[in-house]
Amino acid sequence: MVAISELQEMYTDMVTARHYEERLQEEYLEGKQPAFDISAGPIPGELHLAAGQEAAAVGVCQHLRDDDTVTAPHRPHHVAIAKGVDLKRMTAEIFGRESGLCRGKGGHMHLFDPDVNFACSGIIAEGCPPAAGAGLAAQKRNSDSVAVAYLGEGAIDQGGFFESLNFAAVHDLPVVFVIEDNDWAISMPKERVTDVDDGSQRAAGFDMPGVRVDHDDAVAVYEAAERAVGRARDRNGPTLMEIQVHRRMGHFMGDPQTYRPEDDQTAATERDSIDRLEADLRARGVEDTTIKNLRDAAEDRVEEAIEWAKDQPEPDPETAHEDMFANPPSGVTDTDPEFDLMGGDD
Amino acid sequence: MSEQQEVVERELTMSRGMVEAIAHEMRANDEVFYMGEDVADYGGIFDSTEGLLDEFGHDRIMDVPISETAYLGAAVGAAQEGMRPIAELMFVDFFGVAMDQIYNQMAKNTYMSGGSVSVPMVLTTAVGGTYNDAAQHSQTLYGTFAHLPGMKVVVPSTAYDAKGLMHNAIRDDDPVVYMFHKRLMGIGWMPAPDGPKTPVPETDYTIPFGSADVKREGADVTIVTLGLHVHRALDAADSLAEDGIDAEVVDLRTLVPLDRETILESVRKTGTLVVVDEDYRSYGVTGEVVATVTDEALAHLDAVERVAMPDIPIPYARPLETETQPQAADIEAAVERTQ
Repeated sequence: MVAISELQEMYTDMVTARHYEERLQEEYLEGKQPAFDISAGPIPGELHLAAGQEAAAVGVCQHLRDDDTVTAPHRPHHVAIAKGVDLKRMTAEIFGRESGLCRGKGGHMHLFDPDVNFACSGIIAEGCPPAAGAGLAAQKRNSDSVAVAYLGEGAIDQGGFFESLNFAAVHDLPVVFVIEDNDWAISMPKERVTDVDDGSQRAAGFDMPGVRVDHDDAVAVYEAAERAVGRARDRNGPTLMEIQVHRRMGHFMGDPQTYRPEDDQTAATERDSIDRLEADLRARGVEDTTIKNLRDAAEDRVEEAIEWAKDQPEPDPETAHEDMFANPPSGVTDTDPEFDLMGGDD
Repeated sequence: MSEQQEVVERELTMSRGMVEAIAHEMRANDEVFYMGEDVADYGGIFDSTEGLLDEFGHDRIMDVPISETAYLGAAVGAAQEGMRPIAELMFVDFFGVAMDQIYNQMAKNTYMSGGSVSVPMVLTTAVGGTYNDAAQHSQTLYGTFAHLPGMKVVVPSTAYDAKGLMHNAIRDDDPVVYMFHKRLMGIGWMPAPDGPKTPVPETDYTIPFGSADVKREGADVTIVTLGLHVHRALDAADSLAEDGIDAEVVDLRTLVPLDRETILESVRKTGTLVVVDEDYRSYGVTGEVVATVTDEALAHLDAVERVAMPDIPIPYARPLETETQPQAADIEAAVERTQ
């Protein structure tokens, strides 16, 4: 049975992530009303929010340490929060500020926090190969850290995903591939683009375990991930997990969702994994006041991060030209050679 | 235009111009079909297929899995069978996952087969920045596609050009990469500048590839550009006119083939060249245009400037993107340096 303290940690991360997305939605839409204009408002660019997908983030990341690696896709905030990414600096990055995680260069789809080995990418399934690489590094260094690649169910038809499964399997890499199945790839319902209901069946072709958690429940995810992460940490190889989640918002902010039946949108908001975990906490004897305190503290933390981020200066335009290479363009060669070549004519 | 010809008043957005040509070709030829992500029920994230599903149904306006290697390669295969597929890459930045099908198959099969195979397909793709979508969703990559031999590369800047170039692209027996700039499409949530919405005839017509268009005539300086930056160059030209500088704006319209003669003719007249490109500066469009002029008209060239994206991934924050992307003011400043 999952310890109450762990349930409380997961609950805290879930309400943090939910409140975070709802608040970002408000902030993002400010200045974009009445007519939605993607280039207006305080938050630049596209914004893909993950409200309804929190269980997949916390149930897996609860088993991870800072030295474990996570790669996330274009919808990354809930996973970043569960992995322990610096919330203030992440928020500053999303607002395009100088003290953001990436100095304003990356933005919400390209967040990097090396302190907790978190990265995300806006290209579908392209977090899978680097996660395999992090697993490879752990294996070569004889460390027991693991890597987790998050992807959406739409990504399981992408070549990078298949190749990574095979690469991880053939080398027994300590990797867990986590498919968050929210049923929609932008406007494409899963059944129109993938001929299996259960994406974890893909594992069979690569001789690795495939497990699907088909109810949106943090505890069920926690239990399935305990086996998957444990298998990786014990050097028994990769696992493919699929978790049913729900997309409570559009693909991106501003998505009219005209392609999506109303009852599907309603259903996504009715099945709430946060309510479910809250009921679990109560059933385990956690007092209402404790739950309220956890929630309040989480919401305060989000407000504080957003306030702080909005207070940060925008980057100096000249810094656009910095950070291109780690070393000077000439490489590490900065000394005169201490030798002469035979036959040299100078 | 002769007096007998009808004056066209109907104005369309660039996306409507593009879609009208596709619909026309699909009506005329059952072998034309469109594949891409979110092209059916959604109508294309950037309105590139808006309304087509209603007329043609899911068999011909096909949503596909997120499997660019498979569906772009399938378009190559269907084209080699003689069909005329149009396949959409949602953002040009996503070419990376499917580049083999694009440049080792689509672009090379005609030549490698000694001309016995042709690949009559159109690869449509959204390009460009201006809305802070950062390094993986804002590139144009004009130079990348133009550099690799075997693809005709089209970059419309107005509704009129978008329609005529699309008719030509679908009818052409070779692979055509049709790169439409998001900011020009006339999408509700990404307002376009005034320029791309133009009168468009209802009838079909083709614009030949390799025919650059002088969008503004001028005597003092030649500004060569394409896509969004045609409009920024026109803005800059208006502003320069107030300072007594008369700029000519040449819209390349296609990179492959490149209408070198129109560029040379203009530079022979003005003696001054400014090339403006939303792609990276090095090894790209600006270098190619300048080299064209130095190869063929060096004696006529008094001054030359390039305005392009610096050689860095496109940053996210607004001040950073604005710093890197060529603005009308940057074009004006470059022109002033040549005077």
